[in-house]
Amino acid sequence: MLVSILHRATGQAMALGAVVLFLWWLIAAATGPEAYALFMAVATSWLGLFVGIGLTWVFFQHMMTGIRHLVMDTGQAFDLATSKTFATMTMVVSVLLTVVVWAYILVGKGY
Amino acid sequence: MGAGTSLGRVRGLGAAKDGAHHWWLQRATAVGNLVLMLWFIGSLIRLPSLDYGSVTLWLRQPVAAVPMLLTIVSVFWHFRLGVQVFIEDYVHGAGRIIAMLALNFYTLAGAAAAVFAVFKIALGAQ
Repeated sequence: MLVSILHRATGQAMALGAVVLFLWWLIAAATGPEAYALFMAVATSWLGLFVGIGLTWVFFQHMMTGIRHLVMDTGQAFDLATSKTFATMTMVVSVLLTVVVWAYILVGKGY
Repeated sequence: MGAGTSLGRVRGLGAAKDGAHHWWLQRATAVGNLVLMLWFIGSLIRLPSLDYGSVTLWLRQPVAAVPMLLTIVSVFWHFRLGVQVFIEDYVHGAGRIIAMLALNFYTLAGAAAAVFAVFKIALGAQ
C-alpha cells in the first residue's frame, strides 16, 4: 500500500520537478560557462544539495518499486509475506543507494 | 478481467482501444530507463568534476551523447505515460482534456529542448 503510493508520488515528483532541473542543467551546459555557473551555484548551495539528495532518493525509490512492479507483472511475489518483504526491501535499498552515491560524491571527490 | 465484450477481451482492448499498448510501452520504457539512468548517474559521479568543462567535454563524445539522447527519449516517453495515468485517475471532465494537452506540450517541448542541447554541445564549436 505505502510503496504503491510512493511509486506514484515519486514518479510525479520526478516528471514535474526533476525533469525541469535536468532541463536547466542540460540547457545551461549548452548555453555557456556563465549559465552553467549559475546552475552550479544553486545546485551546490545547501538548498540545492538538499533537493539533490532528496531527488536521488526519489529516483532510487521509484526504481526499486518499479522493479517490484515488473516482478509482480510476471505474476510472482503476490503472497502476503513475500510482497511485504519486497515492499520493505525497496525502501531499505533506495536509502542505501542514496547514501552510497552521495558518500561517493561528497567523500570520494573531496568536496 | 470483467469489463468488456468477449471479443474485446480476446483482442486485449479496453474502451480507449490502446490500453494494452500503453501498458506495454510503460514497461518497455521502464526497462530502458533502468539501464540508461544507471548509466547516466554512474557516468556523472565518475566524472573528475561536474564543472562546465568536464560535463561538456564528456557530452562531446559519441559514447556519451548517443546514450544521453536515448535516455531523454526513454525518460520523457515513460513520464508522459505515467502522468497520463495520474491525470486519468484524478482529473475529470473538461479539465482532463486541458491537463492532457498541457502534458503533451510539456513533454514535447522539454524533449525537443533537451535533444537540441545535446546536439549543440556534441556538434557545436568548442
